[in-house]
Amino acid sequence: MSDAIFMRFRQPSVLPGFGLTLGFTLAYLSGIVLIPLAALILKSAGLGWADIWRIATDARTLAALRLSFGASFIAASINAVFGLLLAWVLVRYSFPGRRLVDAMIDLPFALPTAVAGIALTALYAPNGWIGQLLAPLGLKVAYTPIGIVIALTFISLPFIVRTVEPVLRDLDREIEEAAATLGASRGQTLLRVLLPSLMPAILTGYALALARSIGEYGSVIFIAGNIPYVSEIAPLLIVIRLEEFNYAGATAIAALMLAISFTMLLVINLIQTWNRRRFGHGS
Amino acid sequence: MAVETMTLFTSPVSPPRRLRSATSEAPEIKVVLTTIALLFVAIFLLLPLAAVFVEAFRGGIAAYLSAITEPDALTAIRLTLTVAAIAVFCNLVFGVAAAWAIAKFEFKGKSLLTTLIDLPFSVSPVISGLVYVLLFGAQGYLGPWLGERGVQIVFAIPGIVLATIFVTFPFVARELIPLMQEQGTAEEEAALSLGANGWQTFVFVTLPNVKWALLYGVLLCNARAMGEFGAVAVISGKIRGVTNTMPLHVEILYNEYAFSAAFAVASLLALLSLVTLAVKTFLEWRFADGIAVGRSH
Repeated sequence: MSDAIFMRFRQPSVLPGFGLTLGFTLAYLSGIVLIPLAALILKSAGLGWADIWRIATDARTLAALRLSFGASFIAASINAVFGLLLAWVLVRYSFPGRRLVDAMIDLPFALPTAVAGIALTALYAPNGWIGQLLAPLGLKVAYTPIGIVIALTFISLPFIVRTVEPVLRDLDREIEEAAATLGASRGQTLLRVLLPSLMPAILTGYALALARSIGEYGSVIFIAGNIPYVSEIAPLLIVIRLEEFNYAGATAIAALMLAISFTMLLVINLIQTWNRRRFGHGS
Repeated sequence: MAVETMTLFTSPVSPPRRLRSATSEAPEIKVVLTTIALLFVAIFLLLPLAAVFVEAFRGGIAAYLSAITEPDALTAIRLTLTVAAIAVFCNLVFGVAAAWAIAKFEFKGKSLLTTLIDLPFSVSPVISGLVYVLLFGAQGYLGPWLGERGVQIVFAIPGIVLATIFVTFPFVARELIPLMQEQGTAEEEAALSLGANGWQTFVFVTLPNVKWALLYGVLLCNARAMGEFGAVAVISGKIRGVTNTMPLHVEILYNEYAFSAAFAVASLLALLSLVTLAVKTFLEWRFADGIAVGRSH
């Protein structure tokens, strides 16, 4: 490798095509992603703080945001527990059909959200397969916030499994052996040795699941019932405002959600950087 | 919550006869954990999938066939295929260009660029559609100017294509970048020193090295492009038989209480996702080395 010349924008290379490919990349990225997002930011900046504040603190907006975030946190927490369990079972145990189950985990990524939405609604509706079992217990899932949690649990299911799996697979079994020889019980080893090393992966998966759930639309709107103040999620409120031609309202809610999503993206990156610094060396 | 699951293990399981390895759990615990995990998969993944196909055939085979061959459904299928083909092609070209620039060269701002490429994944699909409405809509920044020239983007096919490109933007690039970074530049340098030109180097040296990762990225990109709902719903205007993609057609049928027909069209999309998963699993199994390692979605 050639010596690093830090003063230059790029290090010298004999390979051709840098200008062309980087130029195309930047132009395409700007045209498709950056300029349209800038339009959203520009539009919301044009509204002025007073208007944004008024829309953001509107009771219906607040109820929608509270529901979106609350349901997303619950769904991500459910998946933190079951995702960890699934990753553990898939990596550590062998049972017939393990490969098939492992492949199935990605179904929520592959299944179009609208299809997931109507399928879950059919299952959890009062006359559905699961709904009719729950109805005698007085539990109503479809067309309530519980239905939203179910849909979000479905679509964010793969994140924690897929972030934990590779870390668990690469984990050195000798660490567990060392813990056992030093007198730790299996439970102590799991809690004090394994869980801390899996924590960054769990947190990354949790944040990814959360980010996906907060913005989710297609799988939720069918099962939610969409009653204002009760089961109306924030992305749906954006669509409703847009259909009313209330562009200012739609933009303000979108800008709020975008700001929150980007903050979460930053948190994910910080966790990963911290993780690399803590666990990246020496292995 | 995770702590509660873990405390399951702390109950000592007959300490005197420790025949099992110190780094595994008692067989009973294994069975219990596996059963819980499989039940969770069955309820949350298998049942919804089964429901799609059962509901689709509830009205019988004839009703199923007529639902997927009626003119509006066929138009929706054609539109979905067209939009996905354009979106996948655009993001494929972009993915290859971005991966070449990022993986084969060292320059300032590279990590920022990589982060920006992943940005669309953190944006709600609804917002992905909204940004184009704000830019190209009748009240948008460029809308009036485009309108005077008779170009319609919002509530028309170009808008659907743009929104689909946005939501599938990172798929190909993020598969190629880590793999090409790992492969380095030695082989390309060798080809160049032997007299190949840049294009030949790319086609005969780089491309064969990344072909499976490329296919993998295209596969995921296509699945998302065909299934995208939120972004397309916002920008398409849902004009039946004109700007209606398959997922939107499912929604319209469902809202008209044509449940069997909605599930029939949905079953085609579910089938597509199953094929995608099967090919994906095959690629991961057969060509693990040819696909980037340590990938997470």
